[in-house]
Amino acid sequence: MSESVELATTNEEWDSSSTLRSLLRNPLACVGLALMLLVLGALVAAIVIGWVSPHAAITGDLRNTRAPVGTAGHLLGTDLAGRDVLLRVIVATRATMFSALLALVVAIGLGVPAGLVAGYYGRWIDLALDWIASLVMSLPALVLLMAIITSLGTSMWITMTSLGAMMAPSVFRLVRSQVIAVRRELYIDAAIVSGLHDARILTRHVLRVVRGPLILMVSLLAAAAVMVQTGLDFIGLGDPSTITWGGMLNEGFAGMSADPYLFAWPGLAMSITIAAFLLVANGTRDALQAHERPETGRRQRSEAHTLEVVSGAGGAEPSVPPEALLAVRNLTVAYPSATGLNDVVRGATLELTRGSTLGLVGESGSGKTQTAFAVLDLLPPNAEVLSGEIWLDGVDLLRLGRKQRERRVREAIAYVPQEPMSNLDPAFTIGYQLTEPLRHRGASRRAARERSAELLRHMGIDSPERVMKAYPHQISGGMAQRVLIAGAVSLEPRILIADEPTTALDVTVQCDILDLLRRLQDEFDMSVLLVTHNLGVVADLCSDVSVMRAGRVVESAPVLDFFARPRHEYSRKLLESVPDENQIRPAYRDADEIDSPAERGLR
Amino acid sequence: MATLFLRRLLSSAVLLIAVASVAFFLTDIGGIDPGRGILGANATQAQVTAMNHQLGVDRPVVSQFADWIGAAAHGNLGDSFGSKRSVVSELQERLPVTLSLVLCSLLFTALLSLALALFAVAGRRWADKVVQVVALIGQILPAYLLALGLLAFLAVKFGLFPVFGYVHLGDSVSGWVRSIALPVVALTLGGVAGCALQARGSLMDVLSSDYIRTLRSRGLGSRSLLLRHGLRNAASAWLTSLSLSFVAVLGGSFMVEKVFAMPGLGTLAVEATTTADRPVIMGLVVITGAVVILVNLLTDMLQLWLIPKARPA
Repeated sequence: MSESVELATTNEEWDSSSTLRSLLRNPLACVGLALMLLVLGALVAAIVIGWVSPHAAITGDLRNTRAPVGTAGHLLGTDLAGRDVLLRVIVATRATMFSALLALVVAIGLGVPAGLVAGYYGRWIDLALDWIASLVMSLPALVLLMAIITSLGTSMWITMTSLGAMMAPSVFRLVRSQVIAVRRELYIDAAIVSGLHDARILTRHVLRVVRGPLILMVSLLAAAAVMVQTGLDFIGLGDPSTITWGGMLNEGFAGMSADPYLFAWPGLAMSITIAAFLLVANGTRDALQAHERPETGRRQRSEAHTLEVVSGAGGAEPSVPPEALLAVRNLTVAYPSATGLNDVVRGATLELTRGSTLGLVGESGSGKTQTAFAVLDLLPPNAEVLSGEIWLDGVDLLRLGRKQRERRVREAIAYVPQEPMSNLDPAFTIGYQLTEPLRHRGASRRAARERSAELLRHMGIDSPERVMKAYPHQISGGMAQRVLIAGAVSLEPRILIADEPTTALDVTVQCDILDLLRRLQDEFDMSVLLVTHNLGVVADLCSDVSVMRAGRVVESAPVLDFFARPRHEYSRKLLESVPDENQIRPAYRDADEIDSPAERGLR
Repeated sequence: MATLFLRRLLSSAVLLIAVASVAFFLTDIGGIDPGRGILGANATQAQVTAMNHQLGVDRPVVSQFADWIGAAAHGNLGDSFGSKRSVVSELQERLPVTLSLVLCSLLFTALLSLALALFAVAGRRWADKVVQVVALIGQILPAYLLALGLLAFLAVKFGLFPVFGYVHLGDSVSGWVRSIALPVVALTLGGVAGCALQARGSLMDVLSSDYIRTLRSRGLGSRSLLLRHGLRNAASAWLTSLSLSFVAVLGGSFMVEKVFAMPGLGTLAVEATTTADRPVIMGLVVITGAVVILVNLLTDMLQLWLIPKARPA
């Protein structure tokens, strides 16, 4: 228990130092931070100027109007009233930033507590608050602001407070969803059990998790607040007593015939401010995503070198025996990561002979699936095949061009995935997804439909026409797996690669699917590569076994030899860890011992 | 499906009434003083009070609201305090201008954002970078600032487009196109940025999904995977961001109209707000609220078509 609690905490918690580090590695985010510093500098300057000489920005020299950019003493020139443009742009920073800050404070002050309460306590409080939030979100904000200004006038305080209230639902939704997610985590339950007070749980755990996404949201809202505030000032609904960029835009617009570019300076200032907020927001988002994404291949490199390889991969120039339909030699697959290339398959070697069924076993993360994908030419775009050979029909696929390789693989090898539901396109009917590849190969619409229906019936589906009209969410997992197998064999492959085809299914359905695979192998005369971690399935279905560990095949043997005399130490460990039929898992055995006397007594 | 639509339509109507009520009371939280706006700064307080009495705004707000909503239910939104014209005819006159801008901009936003997203996803790595930079620029420049820039360069400096005004579609098609070209460009960029980024992100998610891999294993080419399965599954997120950008464009058009001096809802709104012309403000609330709610309803119904799982059983 304590172990899982700790795991959850380390995974979910937003680590501020690592986020900041990845923020600093992102060049655009650095530009954003630099712009942010510039804006903050202008803000400080504006405050100082307002304190030292409050009238400097509003008094102009009427003998010196429209001075060009670069005039001595007036770096950006002067406006139509002879006032220094640079000075006014800087001074306007104050009103704009305070407006944005005010809106943010209101949005956070309303949104965060409401979100915490709604997410944590749920039920009617949640329903009520969420209803209010959706009502506010569906209101046209600008028009409502106008309604408020109609009554209360153009005070910046009122306008920005109202804007903050209208932004609060976004903050509320964010905090609420995060709280709900955190609540489902184990460690909050653990905290409740250990007697922490509600308020402390909320502040200590939930606020920590929500911090990162909140920074992202706040930056976006800040950019929006600057845009709205400046826009309102520009159309003349702002506070006329303060100098703002929007007010300056308005003056520049009014005086465009005299000086067409006066609007450019406040416009630039506003753009810089918005860019600063957005770039920091984007950088934060990327950093958070990088933090969420687990790195592929978490094993230590050193571990691989200690492995001793029993058969196959050891030889220098392994030859491909003529009876092998498919042979993989020294295959290495790697993914780019923050610290360079991370190899997930390291010199894997295996062979599939005609008509046989090869079980590729190993624990999760051992590279089984990546090897299968490499053979299927289905590796994701960022994967790199660093070395090795994949022989199919006496040709090394890796030496062919992309098109050639794809043609050969698709013609010969079909794929049955692990998770049936996520492998059907939710937006198309089953029938469409089954017939599309057939039609792609030139079958007529009618022939494709008839063939698909026939195959479905062959898979043990009673009413194929009905299933073909259904969408994936309307059928069961077992049914979906039959559909996927039908799709795979519809292309009449010589090799079928099935990646954990039964793992995601109910136990009763598992047997049916295994029976189906066995039957199809005979009927369609296919060779099968079965990726699995289940040695029971291997014993049931396979003629040969290859054991993978840490990206390598450590043992390959006929199935009987493997179960009788496993040669590699790891294979022996795997076999020992399998519960055989007489030996029930400890938890169940305990339960049995408690229950059975009573049961016996009842009988 | 039909019952679902009717239920949504009903709740939309309830929402519209809620929005109108909230807005009406908002125009009254600090009291309302249209008399001053009509009579000007030189009028005496007695004159202003008399005017306010004549307009009926000194009555209790609840009874004013009851009158307003009773008339509104019969399609009568009252008369403007300022121009004395009926609000409905004011809106009828202004709506085509704003709708021309918003709908044209929405059309371009939809097309361009999809094109950019496809370019980013299907093209090479630099294509993706280009799209991201374009999107960033679009997000940084608010429509009214871009409008000012376009006005200063293309209209004032080079005289390529009319500086201001609106030509009705019925009067001259080419004049209409020329008069709305710059405002539409200004309004489109921001929406394109948001929608293109959204579409790009969800296309990438879809393309790395399990079912795309499985379909690829069955020999379907990249083109049909992207254009058929990719677009279809990414469409719902794209549509959501398009409906959000519709609201943003509507708000932006209020400001852009000022730049190009177009007689649309935006200019009407600014006049009405500064003169406390409540009937006009309320008319604007109703019309923009109705348009936004209608767009949301339409989006929801389209989502049902796009996502089979969301359809009622």
